[in-house]
Amino acid sequence: MQLIDQHTKAIMEGCKERARDAGLRFDDESLEYVVTNRDMLELSPKIMIPTMYDYWVHDVEVLQGKGRYELYPNNPFETVINTRPAISFYNDNNPDWLNVMIFYHVLGHIDFFQNNLYYKHTWDDDFAGQALADKRAIAQLRSEKGRWVDYVIEFARSIDNMVDFHGVLADMHRSDTNGLSKKLDYYFDVFLQDEKHVRVNDYVKEIERYNKIVGEKGKDGEDDFFRKIHRKHPEFEAMFEKSNGHRRSNKNDLLQYLMDHSEFLNRDENLWMKTVLHIVRKTSLYFQPQIRTKIMNEGWASYWHETLFMRDDRIAGHEVDFARVNAAVTAMPRVGLNPYALGMRLFYFIEEAANKGRYSQEFLAMLNAEQRRQFDQGTGTGQEYIFQVRENMNDFLFVNTFIEQDFVTRNKLFVADKVLDEQRMVWQWYVKSRKVEDYKQMVKDSLYHPPHITINNEKTDESGLWLEHAFEEKPLVKEFINNTMLGLEFLWGGKVTLETTEVKSIKKPDAQPTLPGMGPAVGDEETKPQIEWQRVRYTMKDRKTSKGLV
Amino acid sequence: MDPRAKASTSKALLEQLRAAGFPPGREASLRRELETGGDHSLPEAPAAPEYTPGIEVIERVFNNIYRYGDLTFIQAMSTPRGSYTARIGSLDDLMERDSKREEDGFPRKIRIGKLVKPGRSGQDKVVVVPTTVEDKFVHDSKFAEEADGGGAGGSGEGEEGEVIGEQPVRPQEGEGDGAGPGQGEGASHEIESNAYDLGKILTEQFALPNLKNKGKKRSLTRYTYDLTDRNRGFGQLLDKKATLRQIVQTNIALGRINPSEPIDTSDLLVSPQDKIYRILSREKDFESQAMIFFLRDYSGSMSGKPTEVVVSQHVMIYSWILYQYGGQVESRFILHDTEAKEVPDFYTYYNSRVAGGTKVASAFRLVNEIVAKESLARDYNIYVFHGTDGDDWDSDGKESLPEIEKMMEYTNRIGVTIAENSYGTPGESEVEKYLKGSGFLDNKPGLIRLDVMSESAEEPRIIEGIKKLISE
Repeated sequence: MQLIDQHTKAIMEGCKERARDAGLRFDDESLEYVVTNRDMLELSPKIMIPTMYDYWVHDVEVLQGKGRYELYPNNPFETVINTRPAISFYNDNNPDWLNVMIFYHVLGHIDFFQNNLYYKHTWDDDFAGQALADKRAIAQLRSEKGRWVDYVIEFARSIDNMVDFHGVLADMHRSDTNGLSKKLDYYFDVFLQDEKHVRVNDYVKEIERYNKIVGEKGKDGEDDFFRKIHRKHPEFEAMFEKSNGHRRSNKNDLLQYLMDHSEFLNRDENLWMKTVLHIVRKTSLYFQPQIRTKIMNEGWASYWHETLFMRDDRIAGHEVDFARVNAAVTAMPRVGLNPYALGMRLFYFIEEAANKGRYSQEFLAMLNAEQRRQFDQGTGTGQEYIFQVRENMNDFLFVNTFIEQDFVTRNKLFVADKVLDEQRMVWQWYVKSRKVEDYKQMVKDSLYHPPHITINNEKTDESGLWLEHAFEEKPLVKEFINNTMLGLEFLWGGKVTLETTEVKSIKKPDAQPTLPGMGPAVGDEETKPQIEWQRVRYTMKDRKTSKGLV
Repeated sequence: MDPRAKASTSKALLEQLRAAGFPPGREASLRRELETGGDHSLPEAPAAPEYTPGIEVIERVFNNIYRYGDLTFIQAMSTPRGSYTARIGSLDDLMERDSKREEDGFPRKIRIGKLVKPGRSGQDKVVVVPTTVEDKFVHDSKFAEEADGGGAGGSGEGEEGEVIGEQPVRPQEGEGDGAGPGQGEGASHEIESNAYDLGKILTEQFALPNLKNKGKKRSLTRYTYDLTDRNRGFGQLLDKKATLRQIVQTNIALGRINPSEPIDTSDLLVSPQDKIYRILSREKDFESQAMIFFLRDYSGSMSGKPTEVVVSQHVMIYSWILYQYGGQVESRFILHDTEAKEVPDFYTYYNSRVAGGTKVASAFRLVNEIVAKESLARDYNIYVFHGTDGDDWDSDGKESLPEIEKMMEYTNRIGVTIAENSYGTPGESEVEKYLKGSGFLDNKPGLIRLDVMSESAEEPRIIEGIKKLISE
């Protein structure tokens, strides 16, 4: 792997200037490398981070198929890595004009990484450098502990989608200097809300009581305040101790919870395992925003490479070449979902709508279609608006907020579905719906969404760890449950219980007859299979699983 | 034999059996087997898709936004693929790691991956690659085939309900799940390798015992190394006689030797090229040979999973033996329902469809006949592997057992695999009952082995089965 030559670097610097002038914001420094296929071979299992720690699974063909992107939420073929300085990769034989286009695309990504708030926890990090330190730490551990390091990596990775990414962000965005004691924070943020589940009414009463006491007695009031609580909830003090002063209960963050509460991991001889868990958790958190902003990130980068390339005076004469490549990247497929195309169109759409002042109460209240069509306040704030969108949103919000019927109609979008024609051995694709609700739902369904599994603090005690999977009309992949729980049992050092929901039976209604050349009747709600669910409980003890109905 | 004639023979056989008296419930199961119908033809290739004239053909649908990446999509870099040899290189480590896992009390993680039916062209070919999976709690989005999501995205013209394109059905590809753009031929990244490689993986990875350690009549060394090749100029051992002959030859050619005069050796020119050496070379040891008979029940009751289990197991045994004995082992393939026939290649053996009734004895008889006719017993180590669902019209083994007994006189090992049908009672199949009743298994454990598994057995269980069949 080598740096790009000075000529190409000069082009990149030129692109940076132009991108800055257009309003993009990013660090001065960046590193660009030429990669060969051979490099890719080494890089892709390490998700393009050259300094990623070694792990044997990287040497094996990983079984593909089921839930692949749920399992490996980071695309191994990304061009840019979000680190400081940002690193990007280039094919050896790109012509200059293509590099200009790619540079703009890359700068779009870098701007996105460095300004979107979902990446806030990564802003101060030289991730590649940290990864190198982690890699050395793991190599060092491996030389001491041998294969047990790999077991711990394996078990930690098996729950690395159970990190509380949003909680981490929430902590960062909350001002820390409210001058209140940890105990107080714990009482109001965790104890009352998560442990006691008090009603809002009672919660507010407690706040009022606190304010009153402190108002009367000043600083000493806090002890008075807690005196009553000790009487009412004798367990409070012990629970506060147990919480290690964490303000948020980390019941959503399995990895962190294990590090804090697993007796096994906190034994002197096992403390090294926490280092591994910490590395795995950090790596996972680092990639979380990337998977949650795929459409926005690619859309934003495509918007800018298109806008800036066309303005660039250096590439005159290559407009047709560019058009060809750009069309291949940003064309809406006849059937399929292309994040570049969708995201870019949505940014253009938002910009135009904001230019006309349509994100206003006035427009939203308007019902007359003709009036809506003609509505234009000429505010011209479109660009400013999309910069705010790129700063504050993720894919879900982006899609959920901005995909509207006008957008779907304008771009001739639809939800497609297919029926099997067994005799002719073809799938027939047909237009299922052009309604915005259906389109939006389809896009939302395709977004990354790990299962929501939380730790039940009340049921977790010396006898074991108790997990609950919130039901979202999808079961867990069954064949993974056993091994994942096996690892959990190891890390917890005792019995682990998981409550989840499984399919009891699926009743498929009779297929409706279809007309030749036509898809099935539209809006046939009855053809949806009837699914009966049941709540089950898996228990892993001494490396044996048992399962029972709840 | 033409299928109809055969069906009537089967019916006649059924009548005979009925006359002899059935245990209760037996007739129904026999009838059911006959009624499965069909013949043993090889499966046809899937039909080519027929498109509606004028319709847009949609080759692939990429509905997963995470499949798109800049390097492949904008820069058109191909997905790198590790070379098979590189992977095999690290295989030793992987396998050692895997066996250590078991010692440490964790389940193994390396799987063989995908086995694909051998094709007509390259009969030894199977597709295999070591794979693993990282277990996690993840949502199963395909738990109900028809309940998945709300279809795919689309754009362009077309009324609601209108068919806008047709996509060819490819059985190996799932729900719109082709490879990502620029990712080459498909989602499955398997690397072609022949049965030999599968054998290597099986042998090393699963620590299958080595056949030759079983105390057989002859040793089955694959190769010997001997100083048999000659080489001019350099080598390990100077062959003096050959060198002298070469020197004389050269000097005659140079005219330095006059046949009428005595030779003065000090006059002779010796070129380095005249020196003939012996060098080590690998020699095949033709002395030891083995013959493997693969027997498969392809009667009606075998339809579906039992056949899959038996056939996968036989692929593995076949591959492993190919590897272990470097192709020195000859294989014969026999299929049977109520009658047995020998088929020429593994492809036919693997792919023939199931139909008809079951008489296990017919296959054993055929083996005995072949062995006698070709007097194989004298020159070969003989192994017989038989796969069945345990159903046999010859309920108490009156016909089978004598054949087996006869077979045991010359074979090194008979391995019988029963993949039990889900509708039967476990441990109650005819073959299992009469084999156990015969006492062969207890008296001659070195010669005959039985392994019973359920029809839904998975890869690890099948490998376990192989170990059982061929271990000491």
